[in-house]
Amino acid sequence: MTTHEASFVRASMVEASPAPVLESGIVFWLRKNLFATPKDTALTIISLLVLAWLVPPAIQWLFIDAAWTGGGRGVCATVEQGGSQPEGWSGACWAFVNAKFSQFLFGRYPMDERWRPALVGILFVLLLVPMLMPKVPYKGLNAVLLLVALPIVATILLPGGWFGLTYVETPLWGGLLVTLVLSFVGIAVSLPLGILLALGRRSDMPVIKMLCTVFIEIVRGIPLITVLFMASVMLPLFLPQGVTFDKFLRALIGVSLFASAYMAEVVRGGLQAIPKGQYEGADSLGLSFWQKMNLIILPQALKLVIPGIVNTFIGLFKDTSLVSIIGMFDLLGIVRLNFSDTNWASAVTPVSGLIFAGFVFWLFCFGMSRYSGFMERVLDRSQR
Amino acid sequence: MARRILTALVGAAVTGIGAHAASAATLDDVKAKGFIQCGVNTGLAGFAAPDASGNWSGFDVDYCKAIAAAVFGDASKVKYTPTSAKERFPALQSGEVDVLARNTTWTINRDTALGFNFRPVNYYDGQGFMVRKSLDVKSALELSGAAVCVQTGTTTELNLADYFKTNNLQYNPVVFEKLEEVNAAYDAGRCDVYTTDQSGLYSLRLTLSKPDDHMILPEIISKEPLGPAVRQGDDQWYDIVSWVHYALVQAEEFAITQANVEEMKKSPNPDIQRFLGVEADSKIGTDLGLTNEWAVNVIKAVGNYGEIFDRNIGAGSPLKIERGLNALWNKGGIQYAPPVR
Repeated sequence: MTTHEASFVRASMVEASPAPVLESGIVFWLRKNLFATPKDTALTIISLLVLAWLVPPAIQWLFIDAAWTGGGRGVCATVEQGGSQPEGWSGACWAFVNAKFSQFLFGRYPMDERWRPALVGILFVLLLVPMLMPKVPYKGLNAVLLLVALPIVATILLPGGWFGLTYVETPLWGGLLVTLVLSFVGIAVSLPLGILLALGRRSDMPVIKMLCTVFIEIVRGIPLITVLFMASVMLPLFLPQGVTFDKFLRALIGVSLFASAYMAEVVRGGLQAIPKGQYEGADSLGLSFWQKMNLIILPQALKLVIPGIVNTFIGLFKDTSLVSIIGMFDLLGIVRLNFSDTNWASAVTPVSGLIFAGFVFWLFCFGMSRYSGFMERVLDRSQR
Repeated sequence: MARRILTALVGAAVTGIGAHAASAATLDDVKAKGFIQCGVNTGLAGFAAPDASGNWSGFDVDYCKAIAAAVFGDASKVKYTPTSAKERFPALQSGEVDVLARNTTWTINRDTALGFNFRPVNYYDGQGFMVRKSLDVKSALELSGAAVCVQTGTTTELNLADYFKTNNLQYNPVVFEKLEEVNAAYDAGRCDVYTTDQSGLYSLRLTLSKPDDHMILPEIISKEPLGPAVRQGDDQWYDIVSWVHYALVQAEEFAITQANVEEMKKSPNPDIQRFLGVEADSKIGTDLGLTNEWAVNVIKAVGNYGEIFDRNIGAGSPLKIERGLNALWNKGGIQYAPPVR
């Protein structure tokens, strides 16, 4: 190889010069996003003013002035209210949440037995996290463990009564435990049942089609609160005296069937969006009905309706609060129940408790929402 | 409207099915299963609320414990069913609970058509008003045109309407579904007047930001006799529940307390001896289907009526409700027990 002798041939590339100040970095970003036009500038200033008006007092109330520790209402009440805080004080009463925290998690589950729901919770997280990560292998085994083994373990551990475990009846359950059990069972039952109902409703067999349609339309036509109320109040009146069956189980069944009907309609939307050619293509390959559904139709249809499915899950998660009306205490119920504890009654207790409950609900719902967004992007590869 | 239809349905079902559920001997059932199923409120300050470790405590809850102590000699043999206002009657009627100790007002409708029995009144309540001192009113009759905060779907709301109509006063109801919403609205100044049962006004005071700016008006516009309820048609169980209350009241009258009950057994007073079942050939408990020690067990478990009152809602609690009508008959109140003899 000859070396370049000529002076006008560069041996190396010129360093790229930095972009002009106005076209890069934070100044560019601000100009482009916040101050591009006079209208944008005005909106930005108004927004900043609103934030400046809202955020510092909120931080002051939530964190700086908040009462973090204490053993009773005194720390969350001013002298005039019978407490120890100075005149005019107002701040969040996190001491209340702190003192009641384990109750908010487990309800009135006996203290000595709380390792049981805690263990189920840990197992649940350990099984759910790898299930949610697309790259982790052994999805089949994981699914079996999560959807078959875990419910069996939970059925043994949570109520007990077997293997020397003390029996903890469901009226003692409460808090986040009830919220999570109800929503997990609701979600785990409603998705497969909803798919079956959706397929049934689109079936050519008139009896199946009618049964599914009637079920869906009746359940969707009744408010959940009525379903729960009927299950809890009316059912025992029609059963012979002495025959009771667990109120929590009744709520579980009610919530699951209710969510299934909604899920069925979401899935049906997906099924209808699949072009007829896909069905015909599958038929022409000689696939059976279930092969056609499993291999061709459902993977496409379910992917289309992920937002709708997650929407139903989030709705279901929040609907579990309605079990309060049948005397079961979910997270929100147990927080509200504790407002009636006179040792903690103060002007700021209810607000603090509700903010805490709202935050926990938001964490779960936001988590579900973000995850569904992530799954949409993962499954959407073919369309990009 | 939907609520009314639902109430009518529940009512119809209750009365229709009431007959078959009522005849069972509750005492035998209770003894067979080994605990009492007690219907309590889903959270009412001082009456049924969770304590620090999540156990139920309160005035009504102590009545459940007292009945368990009378039947089993063990106050822990009780299970609680929290019941909402709508659920409570079907729960009692269907046999889901053995006794309803849930600040339930004794009314003729509930005593007859709904098929329940009430006898002892363990708390005489009544609806009252709280107002801001700055309004400068001295009587509820001066409240014309006021905005009144009230919880919807309660007898409170109906009593309020009746009272203002009777007295030809105008008012503007500001209604909320949840108690803490009503409290917050009143505290924030969305209405001038707050109305609920007096016991509720005391618990409201704990949540006001400036309790000294408010006063309770003298008028009591309704009678709310609260007491435990049982199913009609089981007189033995009805007697037990009633006499547990009378024993608590009688114990206060005799000054028998949780602390001194064992000592009192040695009292020379024949009335006390008879009451505590230490008299020779005593049939004080066996006639009820219980042991002769039942009153002792009740007092050992929860104390006398005065102690229950003080601990949960009276001077010894944050609520600091005065005894008022609930003082003993010989101390200016109307709590009175028939003679134990």
